[in-house]
Amino acid sequence: MSQRQVLQVFEQYQRARTQFVQTVAELAARPQNIETLQNAGVMSLLRPLLLDVVPTIQQTAALALGRLANYNDDLAEAVVKGDILPQLVYSLAEQNRFYKKAAAFVLRAVGKHSPQLAQAIVDCGALDTLVICLEDFDPGVKEAASWALGYIARHNSELSQAVVDAGAVPLLVLCILEPEIALKRIAASALSDISKHSPELAQTVVDAGAIAHLAQMILNPDAKLKRQVLSALSQIAKHSVDLAEMVVEAEIFPVVLTCLKDSDEYVKKNAATLIREIAKHTPELSQLIVNAGGIAAVIDCIGNCKGNVRLPGIMMLGYVAAHSENLAMAVIISKGVPQLSICLSEEQEDHIKAAAAWALGQIGRHTPEHARAVAVINVLPVLLSLYMETESSEDLQVKTKKALKNILQKCTYLPALEPLLHDAPPNILKYVIGQFSKVLPHDSKARRLFVTSGGLKKVQEIKAEPGSLLQEYINTINNCYPEEIVRYYSPGYSEALLERVENYQPVL
Amino acid sequence: MVTACTRVGRGGAGSMAAWVRLRAGLPTLLQECFHSNRLVGEYRKTEHAAAVKIQSWFRGCRVRAYIRYLNKMMIVIQKWWRGYRGRKHFRKMLKTAYFIMKMNFYNEMAVRIQKRWRGYYIRKYIHNYYTLKKYLEAVSLNNEIVRKELEEFAEMKEKEKEKKDLERKEKKKDHQARKMHYLLSTEQIPGVFNSPFRASPDSMELRLQKAKPLSHKHQQIKENLTQETSDFPSCTSSWTFPTVQPLPPIARQKPQGPFRDTAEVLLQRYKPLEPTLRVATSINSLEKAREEMKREEWRNRIHDNEFLPFSSCQKNQKYDPLINSSSKYGQITYGIKHFREEHHEKWVANKDFETVLPPIDLFDRHGKTYSRAGQIV
Repeated sequence: MSQRQVLQVFEQYQRARTQFVQTVAELAARPQNIETLQNAGVMSLLRPLLLDVVPTIQQTAALALGRLANYNDDLAEAVVKGDILPQLVYSLAEQNRFYKKAAAFVLRAVGKHSPQLAQAIVDCGALDTLVICLEDFDPGVKEAASWALGYIARHNSELSQAVVDAGAVPLLVLCILEPEIALKRIAASALSDISKHSPELAQTVVDAGAIAHLAQMILNPDAKLKRQVLSALSQIAKHSVDLAEMVVEAEIFPVVLTCLKDSDEYVKKNAATLIREIAKHTPELSQLIVNAGGIAAVIDCIGNCKGNVRLPGIMMLGYVAAHSENLAMAVIISKGVPQLSICLSEEQEDHIKAAAAWALGQIGRHTPEHARAVAVINVLPVLLSLYMETESSEDLQVKTKKALKNILQKCTYLPALEPLLHDAPPNILKYVIGQFSKVLPHDSKARRLFVTSGGLKKVQEIKAEPGSLLQEYINTINNCYPEEIVRYYSPGYSEALLERVENYQPVL
Repeated sequence: MVTACTRVGRGGAGSMAAWVRLRAGLPTLLQECFHSNRLVGEYRKTEHAAAVKIQSWFRGCRVRAYIRYLNKMMIVIQKWWRGYRGRKHFRKMLKTAYFIMKMNFYNEMAVRIQKRWRGYYIRKYIHNYYTLKKYLEAVSLNNEIVRKELEEFAEMKEKEKEKKDLERKEKKKDHQARKMHYLLSTEQIPGVFNSPFRASPDSMELRLQKAKPLSHKHQQIKENLTQETSDFPSCTSSWTFPTVQPLPPIARQKPQGPFRDTAEVLLQRYKPLEPTLRVATSINSLEKAREEMKREEWRNRIHDNEFLPFSSCQKNQKYDPLINSSSKYGQITYGIKHFREEHHEKWVANKDFETVLPPIDLFDRHGKTYSRAGQIV
């Protein structure tokens, strides 16, 4: 045959290969096709195409592999078992930027499913090549490499340590400074995943000078970038007081408060998380946040959001109030308590209710003034009903009980305690009665009110073991009143009176 | 028996009689002897007992008397000793009671001092009610400010977003109008947007009138700002070198001849003036400064009547002139009218010195009296 015919055969073959690989790549983009593709044995067919002569086929094959591995972890394991990774790593070092992007995509897709798969990627030496890719000129290559590194580092601290040991952190910090927004986002997310595991890793990230750059990027208008940046800062700040202080020194306040008013829900959530991680360490940091007006901003943010987005804000109020009574008073005057009670009643999820109950308990436990501020808004019956409900989770019950206990031990505002008298179970009742027994001996108006509202009657009906604390409290209360009144309200008094009427002999 | 014998001894003549008498008494003699011995023996015991009794009683009395005497002496000694001991103990008790009294007093005084100090210290440093109140008021004020500013910020953002949305919509509509420019109405055929049954043409019609037709060659590249980074990297823009400063123009041919560098010459020619301090200050600066000072003092004064007395107790005091300047004939004029000796006959001219800003020697010494614009750089 002539030379042309021979060459035509090869051209046909190449065209067929190209078409096959491009179609597979397109099909793999849709999840419904992937099962069929897997059953048809696409993995074994794509493997040799990775080593193809034509670069385009290589790249498209890698892209198709990446999309397949992205879909679920069985396919990713198949990629690992099929010994494709070493080949990918080897060619990552050598090929052009399109191939690098596709190969990094495959590594990312494999590494995101589980720690074992990520460990497999680390074991075949991919980290060094990925770090080399981070130094490439093309921002797309950098983005793919940092995305892969981020997903690997996400799983646990050993993998994070491996990524840090490969020298990725300074390059990631340089990536953050690049002008492309997508690259910034991914680099920030990778830094956040690295620093979240342990204080040492966070310190490594801080030593590379990340905090200043991250703090500058809070002002960027892009919402997704802000999400990642705030998440990174909060992962750094959560480990220790020193790290939190370093984050604060980067002058994030009061700029962070503007993020609490962003239109994106997750930006608000991450900003509230950052403030919470800073506030929880020491009273001084909480004081700083209060002085910057952070409490008002967080309370407004809680008011505007619904659901899980509120949770970090609620916890932040709890942490601030837990440090000292002055800070708790600052929370109270910033109108935090009505907002927390709204959260308690509105929210459906138990963990958010538990957090709101805990926060209220921290606010109200310091002095009678604080307890009064919490009791005035009628949140105690709500807490009690949550405690008594059988559907509440155990965590919610424990937290509401603790909150009730803490508030009741300091509460001297009797009108709020009255409804509790009628509904509470015995272990809560003893605190309520205890408070009454402390207040009533000194206040005559309160005594009168106690009688007229039916409280004395209720107290007489309580059965308590003699010698127990509850009995002592009841005795103290009974001693505040003249004997006739106590006898009048004791149960069975009307029967006793009627019996006396029956046995009475009239004097004629 | 003895008596019997004596009787016998005296009366020799009567000795036989005596002996008979004695013999007659012989049987009783034995009994008498026996009895007297026995009696003696019997009585001996009782007499002995009696004698013992008497003697013992007497000895006893003596000893008792002695003991009584001793007792009395003992009592005296012990009385004195106990008195001494008791007084010593009393003195000790007194001392301790005094000490306790003093300590109680000191304790009470210390309690008073500590009470005041603790109250002061806690009220000032630990739990200062008034600063706490002020602080909380400041916090709530700050909160209000922050809330307001955040609201303004949110509103601003909202407005910006709306503006952006509006702009985008306008751009889109304009782009559509450019694409569908052929739908413009003509004289013969009213266009789609210009129905004859309408009172006025649609806004799209007006846009169509303004639009320039799109040419096929210059396709606009859409901006991919909001692309999802879900699947594949989105930085698809081609790579560029980092931007640097524009390079300087390539140097032209140097002009032939002994010319200096153009840039240098221009630098020198257009060098700005650098006057020295002396040249830069105006000649009236001293007067201006004085006037400025006067103006400032006039500004800061409450009223212009200088030297008004500030208290009425000195209203009626007479002025005591200085001793130094008063003489028999009234005040001397030195210190009031003139301060220095002046010899008018020695003066050369009638005019006084002209007040000029004195030169600063330091600058003159270094030859920098004038600026160097015009000198060779």
